[in-house]
Parts: sequence; C-alpha cells; structure tokens
Amino acid sequence: MVVALAAVGYELYVNASANLAKLGKTFGFDFWDKSAGFDISQSLIPYTSSSSYGTAIIVGFLNTLLIAGFGILFATVIGFTVGIMRLSKNWLISRIATVYVETIRNIPLLLQIFIWYGAVLKPLPGPKQAINVGGFYLSNRGLNMPSPIFEGAAWMGLVGLAGGIVGAILLRRWARARQLATGEAFPYISVGLALVVFTPFLGLVLAGWPVAWEVPVMGAFQLSGGVTVNPEFIALLIALSVYTASFIAEIVRAGIQAVSHGQTEAAGALGLRQTLITRLVTIPQAMRIIIPPLASQYLNLTKNSSLAVAIAYPDLVAMGGTVLNQTGKAIEIVLIWMIVYLTLSLLTSSFMNWYNSRMKLVER
Amino acid sequence: MEHSVAYVRTEDAPILKPPANLVGVRGWVMANLFPNWSNSILTVVAALFAYWVLSNVLGWAIFRATWTGESRDACIVEGAGACWPFVQAKFAQWIYGFYPIDQRWRVNVCFFVGAAALIPLLMPSLPYKKWNALFLLFAFPLLALILLTGGHFSFGFGAFISFVVQFLAIVAAFLPLTVFGIENGIKSAKPGLILVGLGLVLRVLSYAFDIPLPAILDGVSTTYLIALLLMLAGGAWGLLQVLGAGPQASRPVLRAWLSGGVALLLVAILLKWDFGLEYVETSQWGGLLVTLVVAITGIVFSLPVGILLALGRRSNMPIVKYFSIGFIEIWRGVPLITVLFMASYMLPLFLPPGTNFDKLTRVLIGIALFSSAYMAEVVRGGLQAIPKGQIEAAQALGLPYWSTMNLIVLPQALRIVIPGIVNSFISLFKDTTLVTVVGLYDLMGIVIAGFADAKWASSQTAPTGYFTAALLFWVFCFGMSRYSQYVERRLNTGHKR
Repeated sequence: MVVALAAVGYELYVNASANLAKLGKTFGFDFWDKSAGFDISQSLIPYTSSSSYGTAIIVGFLNTLLIAGFGILFATVIGFTVGIMRLSKNWLISRIATVYVETIRNIPLLLQIFIWYGAVLKPLPGPKQAINVGGFYLSNRGLNMPSPIFEGAAWMGLVGLAGGIVGAILLRRWARARQLATGEAFPYISVGLALVVFTPFLGLVLAGWPVAWEVPVMGAFQLSGGVTVNPEFIALLIALSVYTASFIAEIVRAGIQAVSHGQTEAAGALGLRQTLITRLVTIPQAMRIIIPPLASQYLNLTKNSSLAVAIAYPDLVAMGGTVLNQTGKAIEIVLIWMIVYLTLSLLTSSFMNWYNSRMKLVER
Repeated sequence: MEHSVAYVRTEDAPILKPPANLVGVRGWVMANLFPNWSNSILTVVAALFAYWVLSNVLGWAIFRATWTGESRDACIVEGAGACWPFVQAKFAQWIYGFYPIDQRWRVNVCFFVGAAALIPLLMPSLPYKKWNALFLLFAFPLLALILLTGGHFSFGFGAFISFVVQFLAIVAAFLPLTVFGIENGIKSAKPGLILVGLGLVLRVLSYAFDIPLPAILDGVSTTYLIALLLMLAGGAWGLLQVLGAGPQASRPVLRAWLSGGVALLLVAILLKWDFGLEYVETSQWGGLLVTLVVAITGIVFSLPVGILLALGRRSNMPIVKYFSIGFIEIWRGVPLITVLFMASYMLPLFLPPGTNFDKLTRVLIGIALFSSAYMAEVVRGGLQAIPKGQIEAAQALGLPYWSTMNLIVLPQALRIVIPGIVNSFISLFKDTTLVTVVGLYDLMGIVIAGFADAKWASSQTAPTGYFTAALLFWVFCFGMSRYSQYVERRLNTGHKR
C-alpha cells in the first residue's frame, strides 16, 4: 500500500516535471513580487495596476473575507427569522416561510447570482436617474452611500463605545449576582443594549460632535463622494445570504422542534411567561442542536462566495484566475487556493467545535 | 316507579353544536389567522405582501406576457411581460445544445432508456432491484457513452490489454486477503505484494530511465518488461495462495476475479467497435444533456468510490485510514469552482506527456472526485448507524471482512442513506451549473448564451430565460427532494419500535 501510494505520487511528480519542462515553465513563487498590470474594481488595501501579483491575491483574499463576513451576518438574520416564521401558529406566515424555503433552496445558487445581477441590478437606471432615498443612491453602478468623516476628538466616540461595552458586562455580572442572592431579576439585556448604543453618542457630544457626513454628489457622468458599493458585491451578497438563509431556516426549525414538548410544558407549569420560556428553556437547548450544522452552512457560504468569479467580483478565486491566466502558474495558484480555503474551513470548524463544547459544558 | 326521583333525567340532554367561532371555516380562520390583535395585523400585512408578489409574478408571466411571435418585435411592446416566443424558439437548443439535429435521436434514446431503467428502481414495490441498479450503474453509462459520442474509440488495443493484465495482476496479489481475512491474508500475500510493489516502482521509473540492455522486442522498454514480469509473478503468487485454500473458499473469489477481467475486455471491445455512428464531439453537447451527463457521471462514479472511502475511513489499517481522511477532507474543504479550475488547468500537467482529454472529460473527472468525497461522508453516516453487534455476529460466524461488509453491513447501511444519496444528488445537480464558469454549456449556460442572439434582444429576454431556467431546475430538484422525503417516511415506519 505504501509502495503503491509512493509510486503514484512519484509518477505524478515525474509527469508534472516533464510537462512543465516541455512548456518551458518552472515551479516557484517568483511571480509573487512581479507587477500585476491589471486593475481591480474593489480593494480594501491600496492597490494600483503597478502593484505586485502578490498584492492582487491578498486583495482578493480580503474581498473573500468581506463577502463571507457580511454574508454570514445577513444569512443568519434572515435564516433565523424565516425559521421562526415557519413555526408560527399563524397559517399565512408559516406558509410564506415554507414557500420561501422550498423555492430558494431548489434553484442553483449560481443561477440566483445571475438573476440578481443580470435581471435585477443591471436594468436599474443609470447614475443620472439613480433612485435616491435619503442620501443613498441606487443605480446600475451600485449603491452610493454617505460616509462619515471623523476629525479632531472623534476618538471620544470609541472611548464611549468601549466604556459602554465594559459597563454592560459589569451590569450583567451585578444583575446575575443580585438575582442569585435575592431572586430579583433585572432587565440587564435591554439596559445593557441601551448603554452600548448611547455612550458613543455621549462621547461624541462631549467632544463637540466632530463628525461630518460626506454625501454622494452628482457629477457630470457619475456620482462621486461617499462610499460606493459595486453591483457585483450587492448581487453576490443578496444571493449568498438569501440562498444560505433557506438552509439555516430549516436548521433552526428542526432545532427548535427537537426540544421536547415536556420541557416547555414543565417551564409553563413553573409559571414562566412565554418570552421567558423561549429565552431560558427553548433557545439554549435548541442552540445545542443548531450550532454544528450552522457551522457547516457558514463554511458552505464561504466556499460558495467563490462563485463571485462568474460575475467578476474580485475575490480570491477570481484574482487567482486572472493571475493564472497571465503567468500560467497553475500549480502554484491552485496550491494557494487550497491552502487558504482549507485553513478557513479548519479555523471555522475548530471555532465551532470549541463553542459547541462550551455550550455542552454549560448544559450539564 | 320510573319517575319517583324527579331530578334524574331519563334521556340525554340534547347535543349542542359547538360554538360557531370554534369550528368550520370561521373557526379555522379565527384560530389560524386572527387569534389576537398583533397576529391579525401580521396576517393582513402578510396577505398584502403575498398578493403583491403573486399579482406581479402572475401578471408578468401570464396576463401581460407575449405568447406568439417570430422575433424580438413581438416582445418589445411597452409594458409587455415575459417573452415566451423566445423560449419556444430556443427550447430544443436548451435540451440538446449544439448536437447535430439529425443525430438528436441518439440523445432521445439515452433519455428514454435512462428513464425506463430509473423509474422502476425508484418504485419500492417492483422486484429485481439489484439487476436494475447494476444495469443503471454499469450497462447504461456504457450505452450512453457509445451512443452519445459515436463509439469507435481509437486507443491502442495492445496498451489496453497490458493495462488490464497489470490491473488483474495487482488485484490477484491482494486476493489472499479476501480469503484468509486481514491478518493471515497479509502473511500469505506478502511475497506477492512485494513483487507487485517492486514492479510498480520499476514501471514508474521506466518513464525516467531505461536499463541499457539490448532490447528483446523491438520498441518495448526493457525496464517496462521487467516490471510487467514482476507484477505477473506477484499476481501468480496471490492466485496460488488462493488455490491452496481449497475449492470451497477459492471458487467464488476466483470467479469474481475472472469475470472482472472478462468484463473489462468486453468493455474495451465494445468501445472500439465501429457501430457506424457519426462521431459527435463533446464540444457540441450542451443544455440539459450536459447537465444530466455531469450529474449522472458524478453520482455513478461517486457511489462505489464513496463506499470504498467510507470503509477506508473506518479501517484499522493506518495508511488506508489516513489516506481516506486526507482525500475526503481536502476535497470537502475546497470550493467546487477551484476543483473545476484545477481539472481544467492543473490536471493536464499531471498526466503522462502525450495524453490529452477534452474539456468535458476533465470536468467530469473533477466532479467525480469532488462528489465521491461528499458521498463518502453520507455513506459513513449509514455505516455508523449499524450497531457493532452486527459486525461482531458476522465475525463470530467466521465471515471474512469483505463478506461481512457485502452481506451484512452495506445492505443495511445503504438502505438507511438512500435519502442522503438523493440529497447529495440534488446538490450535485444544482452544482452542475458551475461548469459554465470553465466554458461548458450546461442548461443554465446555454440559456444565458441565448441572450446574446440579436434576433431576440429585448428587455424581457433575459428575465424570461432566467425564469424558465430557474423553473426547470426547481421542478427537478423539488421532485427529487419530495422523493427523498417519501423514502425517509417509508424507512421510518420500518425502524420505529
């Protein structure tokens, strides 16, 4: 067996080196520092067409992380909402959720990306006739949003935010200790949330409101100023979150239904109100069932974000593909892809395993 | 006497009707739509939303749609909905791609035979499941391959024979393991395995250098010949060991080994045979044909490989185990699109110089490897559900490993995972759309390619095409998911206690 594996490996190596030699190519990452010579439509770090291939690939990697991060956020929100809607006693609501799930998850994701991109966003009016809602301009060039400009003592806002978070944590500790000691409950969630939202504003007000908004302005041909979100990003984000949400909804529904009815009835018999039953009895037990498949959905979303290449959103695969076409370094590029995606999936799954084991410890 | 106790009733009180607001349509509506104020508001909002969606979709697809026409002129009317004449004009292309029109009957025959073999397999009440499945897994793909491409492949017959001989020799060297069980089998097979291993190493080395001996036969590498002889010797040793175990034990093993060899030769002859069919290049295939070819190849290949990988992952032999784990996790960790890129750019680099596959074949190899990793995990789920007592009982009866798996474990495990297999077929079916990215025209790819046709250019062409493609995919996937739910329900009743 060892011999056979080694023989196959050696054969592949011999073939690869013979083929590379025939094409006059060598294996190596020397292309990494060479000038790329192409432009990228969206970049989180400074990039020009004279930057290196390596920078281009890093730009792609960051874009993958960006779309995956936002996608996971939106997919979770939509997925949990729809999953809970499916369990609603209201017939119409649960029916709408069912139709959503059964429609969306039976249509290929790539087709959905094309539909959002080609049939929804592209036919929008041009920048001149952009749809304007309170400083947000939506056109076939994407979404232009006002962006805040911080000056002077704007760091006071950050100080306020940090103070709010610390305050909320302390409040939670105090509320728990008091409930253990006296049995009196304190609404620490709403008060803590209010604290976190309010204190940054307080910090900014104390600093004399050093924030200005840069609003998009119509130029001769296009909108300028503010933040521009590409239509590719919007299409990919909507398609990924809507598609993954339909799977998350099923996971959430199954997780909640798996909590035995006796648990909720027992909680009711103890005199807990419906909201408290949901928060203290149903959700903690449902989460234990929901989290492992949820983790694999997050991984799927990250991997599916590679479909970006089909509508030319510059993610890791699209950038790698461009570099591959220009340099012909097939083995190296594929190695980079595999290492990055394998690392991402191992990281996600180990984080979820850790979270999962923590949930279990709390339970028993 | 009867009426002496005045307050005891002699007849039942009349049965009253239940309150009107609890039963019937009204009761249902009150309970499910308007139980309280907040829910009533929710219902009204949801009803308005549903009305808005339905009226827009139906209005666009039916009431405002264009139904007849010969070109774009019919569809560029102001306020018109879906452009159905476009679908009518392109539909044949969406099914067959650019397959030559006079040869389309070959595709039809494949569709028909495939459906005729699949439908009885899906109906639980019909008999001959095993033969049906074998036909669908082995005979049908061969038939489809010959019919769709035209057959008459031009590979060297000698090279193929030598490949079959080497393959059979390697398998023969492993045969003692099936007869004597793992431990004793390795002991008796060892000399044969070592010979085969040496032969394999030498065979690979023969690409790099040749031992400078006078060639015995013209054009045959000496190193290669020695390697071949070593492998044959190893195989012969394995066969001798099996024969030594007595006819009772050796007959079934030898029969399987021989029929495998004969089947391989038969396949080769069929592939080489000239049936007089016109050759159709795979670049001319497209539409639903490519979608089905990719999905079915993926599933047909991934079932046996996935089963082997799943068994390997639970094996006690560390090399087999870690090889399986590594293989499964690597393919499952990367997105399919990188696998497809790998298949189209990197695979040619790893093949012996001179061999070349067309694009479709390369993509099929990528999809097959990718889906077998997923299938392995599905099958593993089934294997884990089989209680250990089953395996121990089989061992107590003296069954060797492969008989235990074939007769006891796999039949039970595969039955449990039928829904899982259907589900992975659904996701494979949806994933076939990705082949558009590497330049093949599957159903979705060919629909999108049709938008570029100037004859049909209108603002409604693209939405109509997307809508129809989505509807087609939806019908296939929804049907399959319903079937998997039906099987799940059927299996559940059998296992409930």
